[in-house]
Amino acid sequence: MRRHTVRLLTAILLWVAAGAAFAADLITLDIKAQAFEPKEFSVPVGVKVELVVRNDDDLPAEFESYDLSREVVVPAHSQVKVYIGPLDAGRYRFFNDFHQASEGWVVVAAAAK
Amino acid sequence: MLATAIVVFREVIEAALIVAIVLGASRGIIGRGRWVSAGILLGVTGAALVAVFAGVINDSFSGNGQAFLNAGILLAAVGMLGWHNIWMSSHGRSLAADVKEVGYAVQSGSRPLTALMIITLVAVMREGSEVVLFLWAFATGGMSGMSMLAGGFVGLVAGVLMGVGLYLGLLRIPMRHFFSVTGWLVLLIAAGLAAQAASFLNQAGVLPALGNSLWDTSGILSQGSLVGQMLHVMVGYTARPSGIQLLFYVVTLFTILTLMHWVGRHHRSRAPARAS
Repeated sequence: MRRHTVRLLTAILLWVAAGAAFAADLITLDIKAQAFEPKEFSVPVGVKVELVVRNDDDLPAEFESYDLSREVVVPAHSQVKVYIGPLDAGRYRFFNDFHQASEGWVVVAAAAK
Repeated sequence: MLATAIVVFREVIEAALIVAIVLGASRGIIGRGRWVSAGILLGVTGAALVAVFAGVINDSFSGNGQAFLNAGILLAAVGMLGWHNIWMSSHGRSLAADVKEVGYAVQSGSRPLTALMIITLVAVMREGSEVVLFLWAFATGGMSGMSMLAGGFVGLVAGVLMGVGLYLGLLRIPMRHFFSVTGWLVLLIAAGLAAQAASFLNQAGVLPALGNSLWDTSGILSQGSLVGQMLHVMVGYTARPSGIQLLFYVVTLFTILTLMHWVGRHHRSRAPARAS
């Protein structure tokens, strides 16, 4: 029983460590004049990505996505870091919760080889 | 102005629904009004502080400060909601019996009033800080700022009215079923908040996602719709949950249920005369 627990914990720790180690991809998303730039960007299947959301406006924004379960306030003229994925193939919508009209998409597709 | 009203309404409603359910769940406990009011006041103060220090919070923990802060206060709320329900599992029956008379003088030391205050504080602070940050930008923006602030006020009032409506609706539940209904609501809120905390920790990169989109019901009920959002607050509805969210949800649910059952049985076998 106890050995089981230890094994399980080790497995989880390795998993977390692996997740952290492979989080190499970095994508920058800008908010300019209340709009996302780029409005759509792609990410490979099954990869964890570090997303930097940069707000160049005088107004605060909130990067939010129901599809990704992400929610982070981006104060005016500052940037925040958000990890997304690993994701299955598909389209994931995100938006600015402080300005609902501005939205964008994360497109996840299998890498063409 | 309307856009501002809607943004503020959406933030306020989340806190208002939680406070309404907490007020319902603590019905009959003497002094709850004062403690919940204190929670609201402290929450507003906390919201202002979080908004003022948003930049500092962002930059801490190598850019993940916001996610850690959110996860931390959500987990604190989960603990308090769990404590409340476990306490109610041993006092709920006598509370239901006494509530129509003079209120229930709870023995000091074991009353969950601090828990009520902290839950209220957390709910108000979390949503409130976004409102403050959002409105502050307009308030410093001159003339158009005034109509934005008016919109914010309309949104605030509308959100609070939804909370009042929910509370009045809860009061219509017959006393026989009242505390079991509020107990289940508190339990589901706790599980939902735990799932939210899990997604914040995953967002910060410290917890694995354990699979994304276990299911996708956003076509049936969007989380952005009013009903979807209310269910998100009250039962933790998530249209496209990740594995870690589901795991936190289920573990929280069963942990609190088990403790409630255990404490309730222990209490009944010790003091059988009070029950019935």
